[in-house]
Amino acid sequence: MTVGLEHFLILSAVLFCIGLYGVLTRRNVVIILMCIEIMLNAVNISLVAFSRYVTPAVLQGQMFVIFVITVAAAEVAVGIAMIIAIYRKRQSINADTFDLLKW
Amino acid sequence: MFDIVFWILAIIAIAAALAVILLKDVFRAALALILLFLVVAGIYLILSADFLAVVQILVYVGAISILIIVGVMLTHDVAHGNPPGKLRLPALIVSVLLLGALVLTMTSTPWLISKLPPQEPTTAFIGERLFGPGGFLLPVEMSAVLLLTAILGAIVIMREK
Repeated sequence: MTVGLEHFLILSAVLFCIGLYGVLTRRNVVIILMCIEIMLNAVNISLVAFSRYVTPAVLQGQMFVIFVITVAAAEVAVGIAMIIAIYRKRQSINADTFDLLKW
Repeated sequence: MFDIVFWILAIIAIAAALAVILLKDVFRAALALILLFLVVAGIYLILSADFLAVVQILVYVGAISILIIVGVMLTHDVAHGNPPGKLRLPALIVSVLLLGALVLTMTSTPWLISKLPPQEPTTAFIGERLFGPGGFLLPVEMSAVLLLTAILGAIVIMREK
């Protein structure tokens, strides 16, 4: 069976679900951030696959991927800053101890 | 040839993603994440998205992974810092259900596969689409503001009182 659009989409779905499982189960906030990056990359793979197989002449998907990468870079910078600020205050990066907003 | 490269990249990508969530050592998980970013760049290359592959290596492998490793290094307990939470079974059920729904939808949808050859090389075309008339000039300007805001926000959050 020759590799087509569906193969890339299924690879992207598998990576997305691995990232989702990691976000839901891990307690280290840095690992949760890494899993969010896995999910973003999975979505990017599917966008590039659509761009290659559905709209190869206008590259619509690749345009979206450029902006997703931009937003992901901003997100990681702010996320790491928040993690380090909270770690400085609480001496922990365990998500269970981040209960500042709990009442 | 294309098929073999795809299967090799797919297997390495899934193994690296599993390593990120299963390894106990946070630093090794970060290295597995970098491997995943490189493999995704390879997948962009076989999808004839050469510009995006280079951007992926520059932004993800070059910048984001360095930020994540700095985050790992500045927080202690690197060797055993990846404990599982309490929600393992519900999370597994949710993930597998979502995977099943996604795969079912993707395989049953009749995609409109275009017969046109892919654009190659893509760099000049992407530049025209981004800055040309009817293109993405407003989002480009907005992403510049977004990046500036992110830099300022990161500095303000990190600053010692």
